[in-house]
Amino acid sequence: MIPEYKLSHLRELEAESIHIIREVAAEFENPVMLYSIGKDSSVMVRLAEKAFYPGKVPFPLMHIDSKWKFKEMIEFRDKYARENHWDLIVESNMKAFHEGVGPFTHGSKVHTDLMKTQALLNALDKYKFDAAFGGARRDEEKSRAKERIFSFRDKFHQWDPKNQRPELWNIYNARIHKGESIRVFPLSNWTELDIWQYIRMENIPIVPLYFAKERPVVEIDGNLIMPDDDRLPEQYRDKIQMKKVRFRTLGCWPLTGAVESDADTIEKIVEEMMTTTKSERTTRVIDFDQDASMEQKKREGYF
Amino acid sequence: MEKLDIKAFLDQDEKKDLLRLLTAGSVDDGKSTLIGRLLFDSKKLYEDQLDALERDTKRYGNAGDNIDYALLLDGLKAEREQGITIDVAYRYFSTNRRKFIIADTPGHEQYTRNMITGGSTANLAVILVDARMGVITQTRRHTFLVSLLGIKHVVLAVNKMDLVDYREEVFSRIAEDYRQFAAPLDIPDIVCIPLSALKGDNVVEHSENMPWYTGKPLLEFLETVHIGSDKNFEDFRYPVQYVLRPNLDFRGFSSTVASGIIRKGDEVVALPSMKRSRVKAIVTADGDLDYAFPPQAVTLTLEDEIDISRGEMLVHPDNLPMISRTFEAMLVWMDEKRMDPEERFFIKQTTNLSRVKIEKIRYKVNVNTMEQSPAEALELNEIARVVFTTDKPLFFDPYKKNKSTGAFILIDPITNNTSAVGMIIDKVEMKDMQELEVPEIHLSRLGIGEEHYEAIERVIHDLDRQGISVKLMKD
Repeated sequence: MIPEYKLSHLRELEAESIHIIREVAAEFENPVMLYSIGKDSSVMVRLAEKAFYPGKVPFPLMHIDSKWKFKEMIEFRDKYARENHWDLIVESNMKAFHEGVGPFTHGSKVHTDLMKTQALLNALDKYKFDAAFGGARRDEEKSRAKERIFSFRDKFHQWDPKNQRPELWNIYNARIHKGESIRVFPLSNWTELDIWQYIRMENIPIVPLYFAKERPVVEIDGNLIMPDDDRLPEQYRDKIQMKKVRFRTLGCWPLTGAVESDADTIEKIVEEMMTTTKSERTTRVIDFDQDASMEQKKREGYF
Repeated sequence: MEKLDIKAFLDQDEKKDLLRLLTAGSVDDGKSTLIGRLLFDSKKLYEDQLDALERDTKRYGNAGDNIDYALLLDGLKAEREQGITIDVAYRYFSTNRRKFIIADTPGHEQYTRNMITGGSTANLAVILVDARMGVITQTRRHTFLVSLLGIKHVVLAVNKMDLVDYREEVFSRIAEDYRQFAAPLDIPDIVCIPLSALKGDNVVEHSENMPWYTGKPLLEFLETVHIGSDKNFEDFRYPVQYVLRPNLDFRGFSSTVASGIIRKGDEVVALPSMKRSRVKAIVTADGDLDYAFPPQAVTLTLEDEIDISRGEMLVHPDNLPMISRTFEAMLVWMDEKRMDPEERFFIKQTTNLSRVKIEKIRYKVNVNTMEQSPAEALELNEIARVVFTTDKPLFFDPYKKNKSTGAFILIDPITNNTSAVGMIIDKVEMKDMQELEVPEIHLSRLGIGEEHYEAIERVIHDLDRQGISVKLMKD
């Protein structure tokens, strides 16, 4: 039989991502893979492991801990890194944390800026990383649809959407001056469905919060928030109720809305996704600010 | 959306292939509307994106009472204010038969750069024309760029048929004009489809307004066009990307198969060292393979310990690429900064990086008329045939034969911007390079006797094959 030299779309996307990851390892002195503990990160991390098999991945993982993440995320992170022999760096904005910055007291905008964006920028400066992988996809959000796979950042980590380097074929321009850096998005061409299918096909472990379960939630501004520690403000405490919910994205618990769901397997999640009518980022509270809010955050250095 | 048997859906969906397409058209051709409709009608738009759309339409919309599909697409703030798409944007949608990635690129002149960017990985191009206007200068420009990029399938979407009363003769005249114009451009597959993106005619469903059209509607064509044989499976090229040495017992050469097929046990030769060995294993994290093909990303181990670095290439010994320091290429200037022909740029071709000198601009091409004219240097969006000399030999094929090894980028050594991109036409013999400065060796002045000349000439010939040119002076 003559073999057919054809890859499925998932294998083609996988090969493209591995090519990108290897290119960064070969061309940069000090890359890092940013790890958000979400499903996209889990796929990206698996692709990095595959890219260097049977060797060890030649760069560390870094998690920016806003100090408001779900406890299950932190447990999952530590276990995954330990079992899969990753060098894991965890960084936080401790100054802001000690000053008591949080979403309930300072609002989502100030919290995100200090505990995520600033914490990330400080960490990138501290370790002098010249390339940072992120798990963003172009189909997630309008301003991401235009970003290059190798996305140039100036000395101040800023992105200029009008001045992006042309990017052709699979030839990536990795040249930068000292102090500048490149954000690299190996999952650029993956869709949400591709991610779920790949997780299913490859049996990739993900945080259990993605699966539906009875959980305590309280409704805050139309979002179902799961209080994950004792920092829930007084006025909501007697409104907590048990509901069968799951999370479509993971982040800081006060800023991540749950959805009511019965989907407790990947198949059911995909089925829910194909038949449901809410796109995934709407459960992330930080997006509600303004129309062009993500573009603004990205210019400032947010992933 | 109808109820799915989810397991069957997923099992089937995993096996779909991927089509990457480029769309080109001007601000007024209704390109964004067409893409919006493809996305919308393939039911991939979620309800809340539609909510956002209704909100946006009130603020910026310009399609009257209809939903403005274009607003689904335009992401960045600045361009919304201008009402035009200013950069390449990628869109994703899926049908039961295929997954699609659309590179949506603008059509107006100053952004040829972006169309080239969006088109480099495309299997197919959809070029839009307004049925009232027919084939215009811009259509010619887009088609020329598409042929330059080596895209093998073109759909001419004759849009706004509703505004010409769906008349067959209007469509036929445009299709005929276009085929005539495109005939010399070496595009193997051209299909013309009459449609109305705004009204949905021949986008997904056959149009009842145009019973005279018997071909496929656009989406059905995109779902069924055969792209499997577009890749080069003949010439094995493996530009080493990363050397994997996890321990003393394992030395693997990781990369993406650029073209051709490699099998376990195949004899290979490493360029430029010309050392030979055999493939011991094709290693992946999912187990060893018997063979690998493009664009698989694998790791090769060899029977013998030979030293190979990033940028070097493994090939079959009976099928070598061109190995040369001089070549000519079609070059597209992408930088706002005018070309400085004296600058020594970096060239990145496959995984190889070298310095490069611009030897000569043979001519530049007017993208609208395809006329050739002399040029001293190039400006943004200009296209020219240029001769280059690199510091070290490159391993390449003509772009027409092999996109993966025929493509390169030029990087400005000062700004690090990607200043230009190129598609190699052929190597240029050193002896044709009148202006090339080569070191001279005066044999008699060095006191070397005539009896050694023949041996020295043989060495010089060998060096020349490796791309190092030396001129012998006998008296």
